Amino acid sequence: MSELIIKNGFVVDPLQGIKGDRMDIGVKDGKIVETGTLSNPKTIDAAGMTVMAGGVDVHSHVVGPKVNVGRLFRPEDKLFKSPLKSPTCSRMEMGFSVPSTFKTGYDYARMGYVFVNEAAMPPLHSPHVHEEIRDTPIIDNAAMPVFGNNWFTLEYLKNNEIENNAAYTAWLLRATRGFGIKVVNPGGSEAWGWGLNCVNIHDPVPYFDITPAEIVKGLIETNEHLGLPHSVHLHCNNLGNPGNYVDTLESLKLAEGYAPKNDFGRKQVMHITHLQFHSYGGDSWGNFESKAKDVMDYVNAHDNLTVDMGQVTLDETTTMTADGPFEHHLCSLNHLKWANVDVELETAAGVVPYIYSPKVKVCTIQWAVGLELALFSKDLMRTFITTDHPNAGPFTRYPRVITWLMSRAARDATMKTFKWLDKTIDATSIDGIDRELTLYEIAQMTRAGPAQALGISNTYGGLAPGMDADIAVYALNPENMPSDPAMIEKAFSRCAWLVKDGVVTVRDGEVVAEPAKRTVWVDVKVPENAQVQRDIYEHFLRHYSVKLDNYSLFEEHLHNPRVIEVDATE
Amino acid sequence: MKTVILTLTNPPELMLEGQNITPDNVAGKKAAEIAALDVWEGKQKSALGTYFAVAGDGGATAAETKIILRGDCTRVKRIGQQMTAGEIVIEGNADMYIGGWMKGGKIHVKGNVDSFCGIGMEGGELVIDGNAGHHLGASPRGEWRGMQGGLIRVAGSVGNDTATFINGGTIVIGGDADIHVSTHGEGGTVIIKGNAKGRVGGQMVKGNIYVYGTIENPLPGFQMVGEVEQEVDGETATFTHYIGDLGERHPTAKGKTVYANLYTRN
Repeated sequence: MSELIIKNGFVVDPLQGIKGDRMDIGVKDGKIVETGTLSNPKTIDAAGMTVMAGGVDVHSHVVGPKVNVGRLFRPEDKLFKSPLKSPTCSRMEMGFSVPSTFKTGYDYARMGYVFVNEAAMPPLHSPHVHEEIRDTPIIDNAAMPVFGNNWFTLEYLKNNEIENNAAYTAWLLRATRGFGIKVVNPGGSEAWGWGLNCVNIHDPVPYFDITPAEIVKGLIETNEHLGLPHSVHLHCNNLGNPGNYVDTLESLKLAEGYAPKNDFGRKQVMHITHLQFHSYGGDSWGNFESKAKDVMDYVNAHDNLTVDMGQVTLDETTTMTADGPFEHHLCSLNHLKWANVDVELETAAGVVPYIYSPKVKVCTIQWAVGLELALFSKDLMRTFITTDHPNAGPFTRYPRVITWLMSRAARDATMKTFKWLDKTIDATSIDGIDRELTLYEIAQMTRAGPAQALGISNTYGGLAPGMDADIAVYALNPENMPSDPAMIEKAFSRCAWLVKDGVVTVRDGEVVAEPAKRTVWVDVKVPENAQVQRDIYEHFLRHYSVKLDNYSLFEEHLHNPRVIEVDATE
Repeated sequence: MKTVILTLTNPPELMLEGQNITPDNVAGKKAAEIAALDVWEGKQKSALGTYFAVAGDGGATAAETKIILRGDCTRVKRIGQQMTAGEIVIEGNADMYIGGWMKGGKIHVKGNVDSFCGIGMEGGELVIDGNAGHHLGASPRGEWRGMQGGLIRVAGSVGNDTATFINGGTIVIGGDADIHVSTHGEGGTVIIKGNAKGRVGGQMVKGNIYVYGTIENPLPGFQMVGEVEQEVDGETATFTHYIGDLGERHPTAKGKTVYANLYTRN
C-alpha cells in the first residue's frame, strides 16, 4: 500500500497530550507510523491547518429498523432537501433529519468522522441493522443491542444471577454481532407492553417485579464481570419531562461503588447518553428550567461516569427511540404522526417528527441545557458531543454545536433569534457563561474521549504509531482562529482532508474515495452454562415467533468484521 | 408585462418534467436563453427548446412575465411549480403537479389537469376550466402542513383526496368531488358545487366545507347543529350546519371548543 506524510499541520491529539504542536504524521499500510520509517511517501501539505484523528461518535441512530421507519414515514424529509448526486460519490444522497445510508456515510466522512456507534439495535432485527451497516459507506460501525427490557435479563437480574446474565449477554452479543450493553428506559419499555411506564427508578416493572435501579446495577455488574470494552450505556428513565433531573441524579448514583474492570483503557462504568434530555427542573412546561449545573456538578465529582450532550440544534427533525412510552407521550404533545413497534421479548420503539423552534420557550431552554452541560464540564475527556442523532437534531449539525461551544459570539447570535429570550435566560445559566472551548477540548469531545469510553482507543481516536491511519485535517489555524464563527462551522462541516485507513477519502470537503468500511463487534468467551442454554432454548420454543436456529445472525449479513475478543472464562 | 409563447412542437415520448417553466425562471431571459432551460424526460436532461418553440423574451421580473403554453401539454408536468409571481396560461390540457408549491401569481389552464395540482400551495391563484385529478390542493405525501393559502378554482369535477391537511386558502369546485375531502384539515375552505361521494371532512380539526349537492355517504363523526344563511362565493343561500369530526382532537379558543364546519345547501 502507498505511504503518506501529512506535513506541518498543528497536531491536536488528546490521547497523547499533543496540544497543537507542529509535526508530521506518517502513514504506511493503513496504519500510523513514525515518519522516519517512510521511504517515498506522497505528501499532504497541512501547513496552517489542524490535524486530528478521525472523529468517533459515541451515540447516533444511523442504521436499523426504527431509523428505516423514520425514512419511510417521512417522505417530506427528502422533498426539496436532497442534493443532486455528487459526481465524486458512487451513490445518490437523500434526506435531512434521517438521511439515506449513503448520505449518512458521506456526510460523516465530510465532517472527518470514521467511527459511529449505532445506539440501539433491537436484537431480533440485528440482520437488518447489519444490512444497513453494509450499505453505509466509509465509516466503521458498531451497534449496541438493547438489554434494559429484555425478558432474559429481567429474570436473571431479578434473581441476582449475574453469571447467568453474563452468559446470556455474551450469547446475545455473538448472536447479534453486537458491541456493548445498551439500556433504554430500563423496565419502562417493557411496562409499555401493558400501556404503562416506569415513572421513576424504583417503580417496579409489571409482572417481572424488578425496578429500573436493580436492572441498571445488575447490568453494570454484568458488564464489569465480562470486562467489555464499553461500559453500560444508559438512556435514563423519565426522559424529556420537567423535573426529571431528580431521577437522573438517582440513576447516576447507581454507579457509586463500582470500578471499571477491563483491558481496553476504559475508565467509566456507566455512560449516560443524551444527558440534555434528562437535566430539567420545574414541575410543568410553564416553570421548566435547566438543572444542568446540578447534574454536571455530580458528573464532575465522579470519574467513573461519562456523558454525551444530546444537543438540541433547533431544526425540524425526527425523534426515534426504543423508549416507546416516551414517543407516545411526545405525539400527544405535538399531534404529529406516530409510529410504534413492539419487539417481542426484547424491546419496543417509537418514531415521531419534532420541530425544535427558536420561537418556542421549551425548545430554546433545551438548547441552553445541552450547551451548559459541556460548558460546566471539568473533564471533556468524559463529556462528548452528540445530538442523539436524529432526536435532538441531525448529526450534520455537529459543526454548529462545536461552533456554539467555541464561540460566545455564536451563542449570542443564535440567542438573538429566540422569541422568549428573556425567559430562556431566566430559566438557564447560559447567558452567564463566557467559557469558549479550545480545539484541544473539541478533540477530546469528538474523538479521544469517545474512543476511550468505547474502549477502542488503541485503534481509533488518536494519532499514535500503530493506530489506524484515520486522520482528519481541518482548515483552521489555531494560531490565527477566524473571528467569524461561521468559518469554524464551515471548516468542521467539510474537512480539508480525511484519510481513512491510509486512503485519501475526502479532499476539500468532497468524498473522493470510498475505502472499505468495517463492522466492529465484541466476541466474549464465557464458561459453558447449561442453564442459560436451556433457558434460551425454552424461551424460543415458547415465546419467540422465530426459531433459535434462525435467530442468530448469519455470516453473510456481517460485513467486513473487526472482532474485539474478550476472554471472561477465568 | 412581457409574454413568452411556448409551443409544443416536438412532444416528448415520456412525461416531461417541466418545473423550470415558471415566470421566476423565465424573467430576465431572452428567448434563446429560455430555450436552454433544463427539462427532464425520464432521467434524460435536455433543453426546453428540444420540445418547445420559444417566442418572445421574459420580463424584467417574474411579476412582469406571462408564459403562454400552446400545443398538447397533456404529458408536461410541474408547470408553474414553486412560482412566486407572474402569469401562466396553458391553452389546452396539462399533466400532474401544475402549480405545486405555488407562492404567488396566477395559472390558468383552459383544459383538464391530472393529479397533485396545487399541492402544497401557499398563495396565488390556480384556475382550471376543465376537470382536475386526485390530490388537488392536498399536502405532499407524508407532510402534515397542507395548503396554506391562495385560491384554486376548478370548473369541472375532481378526483379523490382533495385538500388533505388543508391549513388555509380556498378551493372552489364547480362539479363533483370523489371520496376524501379535507381529510385532517386544520383550516381553509373547500366549496363543492356538485355532489360529494363520501368521507367528507374525515379527521378534520378545523376549517370549512360547503357541499351544494348531496353527500352520498356522510360520516358519522359530524353532528347537525342548525341552519345558517351565508354568502358563499358571491351568492347567499341557507345551509344545514354540521360540526365535526367528533372523533378527532379539537383545540379550544376563548374558552370554546373549535370544530370543523360542514355545510350542505338546503
